Amino acid sequence: MIQADLTIILPETILAVFAMLALIGAVYSAKDQLAGALVWITSLLMVALAAWIGVNGEGTNIAFNGMFVDDGFARFAKVAILISAACVLLMSKEYMERRGILRFEYPILVALSAVGMMVMVSSGDLIALYMGLELQSLALYVVASLRRDSVKSTEAGLKYFVLGALSSGLLLYGASLVYGYSGTTLFSGIIQTTQHGEVSVGLLFGLVFLISGLAFKVSAVPFHMWTPDVYEGAPTPITAFFATAPKVAAIALFARVLHDAFGAAVSDWQQIIALLSVLSMFLGAVAAIGQRDIKRLMAYSSIAHMGFALMGLAAGTAFGVQAMLIYIAIYVTMNVGTFAFILMLERDGQPVTDIQALNLYARREPGRALAMLVLLFSLAGVPPMLGFFGKFYVLRAAYEGGLAWLAIAGVIASVIGAFYYLRIVYFMYFGEEGEDLESNGSPVLWGFLMASAVVMLVGIVNMFGVEGAAQAAAATLVN
Amino acid sequence: MDNLLSIVTFIPALAALILAVFLRGEDEAAQRNAKWVALFATTITFLISIAIYAEFDPSNTGFQFVEEGEWLLGLKYKMGVDGISILFVMLTTFIMPLAILASWEVTTRVKEYMIAFLVLETLMLGVFMALDLVLFYLFFEAGLIPMFLIIGIWGGANRIYASFKFFLYTFIGSVLMLVAIVGMFADAGTTDIETLLTHEFSSGSFSLLGIHVVGGMQTLMFLAFFASFAVKMPMWPFHTWLPDAHVQAPTAGSVVLAAILLKMGGYGFLRFSIPMFPVGSEVLTPLVLWLSAIAIVYTSLVALVQDDMKKLIAYSSVAHMGFVTMGIFAANQQGVDGAIFQMLSHGFISSALFLIVGVIYDRMHTRDIDAYGGLVNRMPAYAMVFMLFTMANVGLPGTSGFVGEFLTLVGIFQANTWVAAVATTGVILSAGYALWLYRRVVFGELIKESLKTITDMTGRERAIFTPLVVMTLLLGVYPSLVTDIIGPSTAALVESYDSALAAAKAATRVASH
Repeated sequence: MIQADLTIILPETILAVFAMLALIGAVYSAKDQLAGALVWITSLLMVALAAWIGVNGEGTNIAFNGMFVDDGFARFAKVAILISAACVLLMSKEYMERRGILRFEYPILVALSAVGMMVMVSSGDLIALYMGLELQSLALYVVASLRRDSVKSTEAGLKYFVLGALSSGLLLYGASLVYGYSGTTLFSGIIQTTQHGEVSVGLLFGLVFLISGLAFKVSAVPFHMWTPDVYEGAPTPITAFFATAPKVAAIALFARVLHDAFGAAVSDWQQIIALLSVLSMFLGAVAAIGQRDIKRLMAYSSIAHMGFALMGLAAGTAFGVQAMLIYIAIYVTMNVGTFAFILMLERDGQPVTDIQALNLYARREPGRALAMLVLLFSLAGVPPMLGFFGKFYVLRAAYEGGLAWLAIAGVIASVIGAFYYLRIVYFMYFGEEGEDLESNGSPVLWGFLMASAVVMLVGIVNMFGVEGAAQAAAATLVN
Repeated sequence: MDNLLSIVTFIPALAALILAVFLRGEDEAAQRNAKWVALFATTITFLISIAIYAEFDPSNTGFQFVEEGEWLLGLKYKMGVDGISILFVMLTTFIMPLAILASWEVTTRVKEYMIAFLVLETLMLGVFMALDLVLFYLFFEAGLIPMFLIIGIWGGANRIYASFKFFLYTFIGSVLMLVAIVGMFADAGTTDIETLLTHEFSSGSFSLLGIHVVGGMQTLMFLAFFASFAVKMPMWPFHTWLPDAHVQAPTAGSVVLAAILLKMGGYGFLRFSIPMFPVGSEVLTPLVLWLSAIAIVYTSLVALVQDDMKKLIAYSSVAHMGFVTMGIFAANQQGVDGAIFQMLSHGFISSALFLIVGVIYDRMHTRDIDAYGGLVNRMPAYAMVFMLFTMANVGLPGTSGFVGEFLTLVGIFQANTWVAAVATTGVILSAGYALWLYRRVVFGELIKESLKTITDMTGRERAIFTPLVVMTLLLGVYPSLVTDIIGPSTAALVESYDSALAAAKAATRVASH
């Protein structure tokens, strides 16, 4: 029995064991000189694991008496998590090396947080959920303050830690209430107690606290306060990491809890999610208008995008989950490209994040500016970029889920949001001649930027099969 | 060749890709190459579209040259043309080479400029050919991106404001349409336009937030589409982005905007609003008609007091578009025929007028009417062309402008005489502002020092105007060139509209008994 269980969690085990071995190896040998090689090895391992999970995974496998579920949904999220984490690792290498902050702990911590995320999306039990979440968060707290000598970076780490601990507390309290009123921590058990109509008030309270804790992790309004500060304070590659893999994990976990444990009580949480969604979309759209710092701007942008992803979830249907998965996959691809672009911006070897520095960037770097243009319009959800299709899916899900008002609110928010993406285009293309940005940046960054832009354009032909995969994944979660 | 439409649509995009990938440098040779590639691509597109036109069978009211392929999410890649859309396709391919020629003197970022126009052409053609709602929306919206860049990069002094206003204004209109598209998809289970044309959307009245909605779903859907098309047309009072965009856009940008982009609104009404939501259309017809009548009179009056030539023509465009919406919502054969005719004719006349402004703007770098006067003394050929298009704009018999206005007025007289009476005064007003403009710019003594050395049109400029002159006169004296092609399709449209309304009326009568 235990052997079967272990086979199911083999990918997680491999990554965890690798992280620990690498930690021991690096500590007792060359330490930071190994960091570059470790980055490569870790990302290659992640890609290999993603390929393995994607190709080999089949059916629904349950391990440890239901605490760990390996189904199509989990596999979809895991592939997205691993690939985006690997991309961000590769993108950060050169940037961090030049600034002397590439420590050997960095790839290891990313790997450990990836393990945490994989456990999160596979959790079938409140305890497993909490374990995964904390493993992920602890690693993230440390990476956020990786730049020990920078006040901003340490502040970001501390803020993230304190607020994150608060949210974990909320989540745990919710979990304890749910346990108290349903008598089990297993999702499959909880759903049975809610199957027969009435959901007890205590369970409902627990659900609300659970949702609050999870909303913090996806940075949905009103639990978003940490996001802009952490995004701004953390070194840019780490911001890129925050914007991608953990978001996939958190939103997938959100869907997992709501559908696996409370799938029979859709009407009880639908309104809450819809409210979170509409607030996030509007705050993300409005608050970003005043931002001058592109990292803060991306923070608000990610809040708005999470609002859209939650719109799919709010629909409460299998199609809604499919739309959410597609949305999040597209979102991650766009963010990888956008952050590759941001990482390339520098002047005198110093990173630049002020959007005014982009003045007439298009004249000096037409290729990169064009790629960024595609990404920005995609982020704004303007066709024909792939970002539009993400929006189209969630809008349809919301409409068919009876939330037409949410769809209308969403498109209006997306128009407001279009303004600040356009403003970046304005700086790049219409602005006035300013101080030149240096046009360096490794070929790796250039490659990610271009690849992401090309995906946004070519992806509209068939989405590279993500649509079918997401559909299959959603079908295993919702039935 | 069963994918002729796709070929025509994507040739410009292909040329843009070639320019983007292979053309390097900013020197003169590179600029020249960019211009020639663009001109070549748009001309080829035009020639191939002539083949489509020649093969087109006007008596068939269905869609022709249909291509179909599977796409994401049960959507389809489906293209086709019918009597309503074929001439818009032709208008687009016809205008584009002229727009490229008109941009021959552009010197800044020529490569990007040409890429933007080529991409824009692909998207505009796609709008008129798409037979899938989402595909239509994709082309319709995507056109904003190149136009935003064209105004923002190559525009005038106040281009930033104009480009943002243009983008956000049109974007907010179209996203509401997107929600309606999602709703139609959910309701009919398909986004295939051919199927949707025969699908009956529910028209039972219901209450929404305490408001009694007559015509139910259809009215709401109509309003959502109306939000998009009314901004695009543009109809009064949603027109305020247009004067700004026109004034700031470079000449070729104004040409494309006036000649083609504005027509998407009218095309949208004919393709979606009227046939798909007949009950909703009927409920809101009085509103649309009165808005059109106000637009015709009000914007003509506004045009009278303009001192910027482009702004004057922009307001005149809004007034002429008023005739179009009026004709469409008259919902009879003459009205709809006249509306399409008016759109095509306006495509030639307004683009010619913007080019006319461009000719003297290139020389004097001002569009102020007061800066000119007495041009006839030094530019006789120019004065001739200007006069022809002024007359066409006024609607003088013998020019295409007359046919369009006359047909729409005939149509509207049958539908709503009061609106017709108000709109007819607009014809007089248009004579007022157009002739006054002409007098102030062309006639009088040539007293301004700066104008004493101005030169007449060059060979290139004459070459641009020749086809426009020919088309304006040809359609003026031989309108059946257009009406023969659109006639059967518009007749079918009007017939299905009437029968749908009759069926809906019968249904409500049965329900009330």
